[in-house]
Amino acid sequence: MKFGRMKSHRRNRLLLIVFIVCAAGGATTFALFALNENINLFYSPDQIAQGEAPVGKTIRAGGMVQDDSVTRTGEGLGVSFVISDMKSAQVTVEFEGILPDMFREGQGVIALGQLNSEGVFVAEEVLAKHDENYMPPEVAAALEEAHESGVDTGQKAGYE
Amino acid sequence: MLNWFHRLGSPKTFFEISGRWQVPLLSLAVLMLAGGAAWALLFVPPDYQQGNSVRIMYIHVPAAILAQSGYVMMAGAAAVFLIWRIKLADVAVKCVAPLGASITFLALVTGAIWGKPTWGTWWVWDARLTSTLVLFFLYIGVIALRSAMDRQAGVGRACAILALVGVVNLPVIKYSVDWWYSLHQPASFSLTEKPSMPIEMWLPLLVMVIAYYLFFFSVWMMRIRNEILVREKNTDWVKQWLAVR
Repeated sequence: MKFGRMKSHRRNRLLLIVFIVCAAGGATTFALFALNENINLFYSPDQIAQGEAPVGKTIRAGGMVQDDSVTRTGEGLGVSFVISDMKSAQVTVEFEGILPDMFREGQGVIALGQLNSEGVFVAEEVLAKHDENYMPPEVAAALEEAHESGVDTGQKAGYE
Repeated sequence: MLNWFHRLGSPKTFFEISGRWQVPLLSLAVLMLAGGAAWALLFVPPDYQQGNSVRIMYIHVPAAILAQSGYVMMAGAAAVFLIWRIKLADVAVKCVAPLGASITFLALVTGAIWGKPTWGTWWVWDARLTSTLVLFFLYIGVIALRSAMDRQAGVGRACAILALVGVVNLPVIKYSVDWWYSLHQPASFSLTEKPSMPIEMWLPLLVMVIAYYLFFFSVWMMRIRNEILVREKNTDWVKQWLAVR
């Protein structure tokens, strides 16, 4: 299938197809760049800490639930926890309702709600984010042990 | 190579060659599907966090992979038809569209079923889910365009161009989880990177992926054979073939 031997009308059609696909690709790229901010499903703790997230508007915030940060508030279903980007940025989230089964400390979550003027994120809905790593319970237990003895297991969840 | 390509482009030759492949291919596909599903549902260990709902992955991930590579194949056939005007390529585009749409639908539905217990929601408008929904609509668009322009001149070309333009959606699906913050996690299955799961969970997934492809190819081939018979029903070789039966 040498290009040089191709009949000229076929080559023209090939070039036309390449042109159409490139044009469509270019248009899509520009559209996606223009919409970039809107396609992100959530704001990261860093963005919220930097003040990039609007206050008082319904948005989503995502991050890792910090270890030992989950506290029950009051008698009901109220709960508060801290989400972080595993670096410095932290945002406190308050939520009243039923958390998903997969919610736990050290796991990713995405909360829908509003940022109040004190910088606390008041959530109406909390979703658990799952990473792409799968393992049987025994392996997880073994990893946990290894981790406690200081071995880096290379686990991450896409918030960096 | 080019010669072989041209010979296979003849409907009669394709019909004869595919006739020999049909039964072994489909049997192998069904065997692997049954074996892989039994393995995934009964013997694979549950996940440390998701528990048994991890088994949905063995239906979902191959469907999602095939939904995208099925589109690549459809667009490839569309390009061949536009450039070389090989009629069999148009038949291939026509026959793969409903298959691709079904597989994409399966990926969307199993994803929603997995999403409810894992994320806590059936659906969220994140980049990965939305672009996959667009993929589904593209398949539906190719099907709808063909039935709307039925038997008009240029129907094949119109469908082929639509299929080709839709290709821009594929990199968006693939990289959506890297380009934007999304709820959907990055790829679970890759042949080129280190698996994100132990071998006893990864191997049945590989079996299921291969089984899906084999099933896809055999059903696609059967549909093409059927379409060839319809389109060539007035030729001598089809009449002869039918007379033997």
